Amino acid sequence: MTALGPAGDGMRGRPQADPASAMHLNESSLIPGDRETLAAWKIAFFGAIALTVALPLLRPHPFLEILAFVPEGLTATFTVTLASIGLALVLGLLAGLGRIARTTVINRIATVYVEVVRGIPLLVQLFYIYYALGPLLHLNGLLSAIAALSICYGAYLAEIFRAGLQSIPKGQMEAALALGLSRTQALWRVILPQTIRVILPPIGNEFIALLKDSSLVSILAVSDLLRRGREYASTTFDYLEAYTVVALIYLIMTLFFSRLVGLLEERMRTHGRQHH
Amino acid sequence: MADSIIRIRQARKRFGAVEALRGVDLEVARGEVVLVVGPSGSGKSTLLRAVNRLETLSSGEIWVEDTCVTSARADIRRIREEVGMVFQSFNLFPHLTVTENLALAPTLVKGEPTAAVLQRAEALLARVGLSDKAHAYPDQLSGGQQQRVAIARALAMQPKIMLFDEPTSALDPEMIKEVLDVMLDLAREGMTMLVVSHEMGFARAAADRVVFMDEGLVVEAGPPAALFEHPQEERTRRFLDHIL
Repeated sequence: MTALGPAGDGMRGRPQADPASAMHLNESSLIPGDRETLAAWKIAFFGAIALTVALPLLRPHPFLEILAFVPEGLTATFTVTLASIGLALVLGLLAGLGRIARTTVINRIATVYVEVVRGIPLLVQLFYIYYALGPLLHLNGLLSAIAALSICYGAYLAEIFRAGLQSIPKGQMEAALALGLSRTQALWRVILPQTIRVILPPIGNEFIALLKDSSLVSILAVSDLLRRGREYASTTFDYLEAYTVVALIYLIMTLFFSRLVGLLEERMRTHGRQHH
Repeated sequence: MADSIIRIRQARKRFGAVEALRGVDLEVARGEVVLVVGPSGSGKSTLLRAVNRLETLSSGEIWVEDTCVTSARADIRRIREEVGMVFQSFNLFPHLTVTENLALAPTLVKGEPTAAVLQRAEALLARVGLSDKAHAYPDQLSGGQQQRVAIARALAMQPKIMLFDEPTSALDPEMIKEVLDVMLDLAREGMTMLVVSHEMGFARAAADRVVFMDEGLVVEAGPPAALFEHPQEERTRRFLDHIL
């Protein structure tokens, strides 16, 4: 059950995407903290790339073989990640709007969804959909995984959407209504475009967390990155080498995306400031 | 007043235990400029916001032309098309350029052709003296400039009535005049204006009538000179002593 360790941790302890902190990043947070983070990022990112290149050169057997075998799992990893984030965004937007809806019933449904889903470990949800509901729903491993990840991350994204929507000043909706726009028009043309700018960085962080949590699907016999590593190791018994490569590939991907999110945050901060 | 464009009858509004409006009657004639003054908490902003139903009344009626705004069956969006509003905090849409701010509602709500709307936007920006800011974003403008854009945005819908909710209260002193000049200009052109503001200079120059409100009621009303020089009520006198 080696595969469960990191994924299980990921569910409970993954960095909470906190829209508040991303929204109110002030200039003071630019100073040493960020520079320190950037230095650490460089060490980790380029270190990981250097290791991935050096290991096969120094020990072609088994590293070259592992590198030839494992990356095939990237297709499944990205299929699961992209499909899940796409569906989770739709669910999260709907539930986030539901959380601020003035209709009690809609509000209640959205809130219960968020509370229930956030209270159940992702792995339990995954088992529930695949093993408990599987016979009823006839979902294969891949679809079960996408369903579980979408439902789970939809709840987390709902809270990000809710916080983002609530961060837009009340005067924006009032001005739109006063001009004759309907509530729906105001939402799509005035409120949501502003919300999306605010919540892009926390959504990026959720994407990274989802990329990591997608490794859970390996339990359902989906040949993702982790599963390929496990398959290789189970025939050759090169556990250390196989999981080292798997970990390095995850690390390179997540560090790459987290830097993108960081740059996005920086750009939004400087964009807001350049005029003053 | 035969040609009243706004008629407010026994307007009452309760917020929990607080009664913000306690039975206000007010009529505004077509083309009239009415300034509403009063201490904070007197209900003047609530009254203004009830005219385009950003605030719903607890009881009473408000009519705009032939439409009862306070009726549940009223097509409130059609009324809002004819009633422009300017807010204390400008409320420009920060993700849109100045021109896009002006063009959004006419194209979206009225379905007007883009070319015609853009032409009108250009003329309106010239009128408020901001032609060079057409492609700027709101956060690139000063407060006074933002408020002038907000006025132009409301005018882009070609309203019959303009509501101003403390339009200069959030401005630095040196920017107040540029906004008042635009409002003055509008008043001279015959726009019907209901203005909540303590700008006495504007009142003297442009207002046909000043209405003094206190504790949710209209205490007294009259032409600016008369009300300012010879207030009839003690409460009015005390208030004017504070702000004049």
